[in-house]
Amino acid sequence: MAVTKLFGASIKRREDPRLMTGRANFTDDVRLPGMTSMAVLRSPHAHAKIVSIDTSAAKAMPGVVAVYTGADLIDDLAPVPCAWLVPNANLVIPEYRAVATDRVRFVGDAVAVVVAEDRYLAQDAADKIEVEYDVLPAVVDQEAATQDGAPQLYDNVPNNIAFHWELGGGDIDAAFADADVTISKRIVNQRLIPNPMETRGAVAAYNPGSGELTLWVTTQNPHVHRLLIALTTSTPESQVRIIAGDVGGGFGCKIPTYAGEMIACAIAKRLGRPVRWQEDRRENFVTTTHGRDHITQLEVAAKNDGTVTGIRVKTYASMGAHLSTAGPGVPTWLYALMLPGPYTIKNFHADVYGVLTNNTATDAYRGAGRPEATYLLERAMDLVARELKMDPVAVRSKNLVPAGEFPYTSAAGLLYDSGNYQGALAKALEVIDYAGFRAEQAKAREEGRLLGIGFSTYVEVCGLAPSAAAGAMGFQGGLWESAIVRFHPTGKVTVFTGTNSHGQGHKTTFAQVVADELGVPFEDVDIVHGDTQMVPMGMGTYGSRSLAVGGAAIVSASRMVVEKARTIAAHLMEVGVDDVTFDSGTFYVTGAPDKVKTIQEVALASYLAWNMPEGVTPGLEATYFYDPSNNVYPFGTHVCVVEVDKDTGQVAFKRYVAIDDVGYVVNPMIVDGQVHGGITQGLAQAVYESAVYDEAGQLLTGSLMDYAIPKAAMLPWFEVDRTETPSPTNVMGIKGAGETGTIASTPAVANAILDALAPYGVDHIDMPLTPQKIWRLIHEQKG
Amino acid sequence: MYPAAFDYAKPATVAEAVSLLSANPDAKILNGGHSLLPAMKLRLAQPAMLVDIGGISELKQVSVNGGATIGAAATYDDLLKHDGLKAHTALYEAMSKVGDVQVRNRGTVGGSAAHADPAADIPAALIALGAELVAVGPNGTRTIAADDFFVDILTTALEPDEVLTEIRIPASGASSAYEKFAHPASGYAVCGVAVALERDGEGTVTNARIAVTGSVYKATRCSAAEAAITGTKATAADIEAAAAVAADGLELAGDHYASAEYRGHLTKVLTKRALTRAAG
Amino acid sequence: MAHKVSMTVNGVTRESEVEPRTLLVHHIREGLGLTGTHIGCDTSQCGACTIIMNGKAVKSCTVLAVQADGADIMTIEGLAKDGQLHPIQEGFWEEHGLQCGFCTPGMIMSAYDLLQRNASPSEAEIRHAIDGNLCRCTGYQHIVKSIQWAANKMASAPAGDD
Repeated sequence: MAVTKLFGASIKRREDPRLMTGRANFTDDVRLPGMTSMAVLRSPHAHAKIVSIDTSAAKAMPGVVAVYTGADLIDDLAPVPCAWLVPNANLVIPEYRAVATDRVRFVGDAVAVVVAEDRYLAQDAADKIEVEYDVLPAVVDQEAATQDGAPQLYDNVPNNIAFHWELGGGDIDAAFADADVTISKRIVNQRLIPNPMETRGAVAAYNPGSGELTLWVTTQNPHVHRLLIALTTSTPESQVRIIAGDVGGGFGCKIPTYAGEMIACAIAKRLGRPVRWQEDRRENFVTTTHGRDHITQLEVAAKNDGTVTGIRVKTYASMGAHLSTAGPGVPTWLYALMLPGPYTIKNFHADVYGVLTNNTATDAYRGAGRPEATYLLERAMDLVARELKMDPVAVRSKNLVPAGEFPYTSAAGLLYDSGNYQGALAKALEVIDYAGFRAEQAKAREEGRLLGIGFSTYVEVCGLAPSAAAGAMGFQGGLWESAIVRFHPTGKVTVFTGTNSHGQGHKTTFAQVVADELGVPFEDVDIVHGDTQMVPMGMGTYGSRSLAVGGAAIVSASRMVVEKARTIAAHLMEVGVDDVTFDSGTFYVTGAPDKVKTIQEVALASYLAWNMPEGVTPGLEATYFYDPSNNVYPFGTHVCVVEVDKDTGQVAFKRYVAIDDVGYVVNPMIVDGQVHGGITQGLAQAVYESAVYDEAGQLLTGSLMDYAIPKAAMLPWFEVDRTETPSPTNVMGIKGAGETGTIASTPAVANAILDALAPYGVDHIDMPLTPQKIWRLIHEQKG
Repeated sequence: MYPAAFDYAKPATVAEAVSLLSANPDAKILNGGHSLLPAMKLRLAQPAMLVDIGGISELKQVSVNGGATIGAAATYDDLLKHDGLKAHTALYEAMSKVGDVQVRNRGTVGGSAAHADPAADIPAALIALGAELVAVGPNGTRTIAADDFFVDILTTALEPDEVLTEIRIPASGASSAYEKFAHPASGYAVCGVAVALERDGEGTVTNARIAVTGSVYKATRCSAAEAAITGTKATAADIEAAAAVAADGLELAGDHYASAEYRGHLTKVLTKRALTRAAG
Repeated sequence: MAHKVSMTVNGVTRESEVEPRTLLVHHIREGLGLTGTHIGCDTSQCGACTIIMNGKAVKSCTVLAVQADGADIMTIEGLAKDGQLHPIQEGFWEEHGLQCGFCTPGMIMSAYDLLQRNASPSEAEIRHAIDGNLCRCTGYQHIVKSIQWAANKMASAPAGDD
């Protein structure tokens, strides 16, 4: 399409003035008359039988409205749902109750709930609840959990294996039989804790007179929440209203429907009073889903010339103590489909065990499966280079899908839409001055300094589609998105989208697109999302889908509006529809330059409806449900340069270059911000972040004093640039930009550090690459 | 997070604070609050009463005249504005590396000393500089050497009814430095080393005080390194030799982020760096 | 036992009764109804609750409301004057210094503290100065640029009353 006007402009975000002046409306900012506060008493044990619960002292505390145990709520709430039923995997979904009834299976499992007049009083009462536990042995290592004799979480899940799933392409056995070299490596992708700055929260209000249940909740997908809250609380979906006001970051962990908001809804219905609940950070650490957590045996087959011919993985994925909403899909489809990556690898095989363990459930975390695959693959490229004594860039170049071969069908059967992988790599090499760096590195090594460079040439799949694919993968939902574009009589426009921004700036980007399409001023376009009472059913924001799917729906609805307006304009100007052209908000008649109608004039005429063409209904709006024909595939090259301090093992970041191709870009400033944030989270996985449990299942990194999310001074300056290869899949030619940084950066950073350590013969260290681990390897080599 | 209930008193004088503490055995002193309040929010600490010494103006006094006298309630931020304190480099550097801006705006040297967190920066600096801590209790005033003040994890020589009123840094003429390896999340010292060297006119080290924090269960002197550097000219080789024994005799702490072995190693590295700067 | 406290908040004297255990951030959010100041952690790490108290940035989750008796407090709601964004707010807008916006009020308060002390901070000084504020969205680069933008703006047109 023509890239004109606002498309491509770094427009300042219209979201910002509210957020910068303290006028936001996050869930914890909601205030309702008669509102109560809820505190949840949580299990201090990773695995235990509940022998008894005595709530009498708590109930007698001042200001306490009610105290509930799991038994009290068992008829109010269906089990917490899992909605990704991966087929052909012997999937068992164990019953997980919002409040435990007889057994707890992770530290943080809800045991009892207090509702009081304020949060301090609720906490005082929660402290008075006496629970007697019979502590059971726990297991947090997913590989150990599958062994005979391991502690069993559920009677109906033998060896804690919730599913066992395989996917392959080509002939993997032949690839290994014919290989010149093979590599085998056990690689851990550690558990991460998403930690959006706003913890999860909910305010539930029930009107006993009307039967309406309103839930303000921090969610990425309000309609999915509506569906699951309706089902689990036995409330008609038409009576459930979900309002996601401002959402303070999500990164995947605000996709699932959780026990917390379910409990708040059930209690609000019981009491007829609003119930407010907001996680403490300590609660967030143990009850909001975690990400990653794979133990993988990676095998690579290659030829002497660097051609990688096969990738085989056996992965144990920790699912935590139950299966979260989308949990089973993450280490299966979202992971294995991307194992061939941007390379012409013809043969691959994935063997995945989804294992229940006595810790917090895992689900999507920024990238969700694709970072795990990309990390393995990009480590594999460096391992092959090391084995064959080749340059890691040369190995990548050898294997990248050539630019002329798109659309390209990968070994996993995905149709890569468009790409120029070498183009992005070439640009990155130029920006980083690769030859210059290698010379500098050689000199530094002579001086005893450890410089290293790491590459990641990646492709990712996002904007997942079509819905039929979702069905085949067992995902209990569609992958389409909805839009309504509505003109008001005054010519102002409101757009309703089923996606839900939690920091991505949809109100700005979407308004840019609509203003262009309709030829109206940017200021005249309002974007509404997050309220199920106003917005048609939609699937929400995750998987970098909002613009590729939701934005494309908005464009189609906008074009339907223009077509209806054209019909009305032609009628008003007394010409044929084919004689009317539309440009920048005005309808012109061919050959009659004095005859014009603005789209605002047409909008007013459509609502007055005094003079409509025959068969055309009043009003000017359109609804469009867009189900894309294919996914989109952003790609690029990230390069990281580090220096390792030999004495302490500390890593200093010298440079970070990201060349991404996300197709056409609507708002470059916003996309840059997405890339920065994505790189930060991926870099943090490489060197800073890790959820560490002890053997008893206690989270040792359960606060921001222990779990290191990066601070400003812990990060380099990001040098961000792009190539532009449009996607043919959607009308805008856009791909997706929300997760590229996270997917690409983790291996780039790890590879850089391992390159720096090459003089010591170190070819792999599991993440995070902390100073201690690095020092130990240097120390042992020296020793 | 929601602290359990307690009584609150805000005395105007030290004497009043002491009598409140004497009358309420479960009372705690509230100063900047940056150690105590987080523990109370997690309900790990549930004192019956807080005695807020933030209203006692004499505790905020600072005087610098060769040595320095620092009121126990003076904030880091106030202290860092005193150029005269830069001569006591180890303390100045330690203060500038405590927490973050907001913590330094509220937190106090007195509070850090009285809390005695084993990973805090200030105790090591006070020990290295040979500071004295002044406490007022029901039986009057006493002075405690920093060497004797830090007794164990979160335990000092202070009696429950004593108020730490000031910290005195002697005018030793020592050249000092503080080196820190900060925990990436908490900002506390995984290892911190403070050194102070006194030298004669020839450049020979006549007195060395080296103290480590973070690596150990309480801020502790590195006697072996002190002995090794004393009497030398503090050349690079002397420093190397002293650093090599810096962890000798220490009871090292370890956790999943940094083992005792690694912390012992960091103690040596940071001792070398701190000595190099102090001797430079 | 309730204590009477009086504090000037965004230029207005506010008198209240609070329990000794009431954290200042809860007093501001629940007692005074100013919800722009956020709570992001339990342990004084994240800085979302940062306000200006007696001219300095402090974490209001680690101050008791009774300790703020008599204090002069500015929250994010008090920064823009007469409908005019403060240059720091303008900088965050111009340079895309926020995404979800949850950390933003506290981040801006820390930037305010910094620019009072140092009118033209370097990149490293800015990164150091916001060490007590966690942002999970931006990777901080645009925040650094936002604060630089504000410093330049304030240098060219010094604010009257700040």
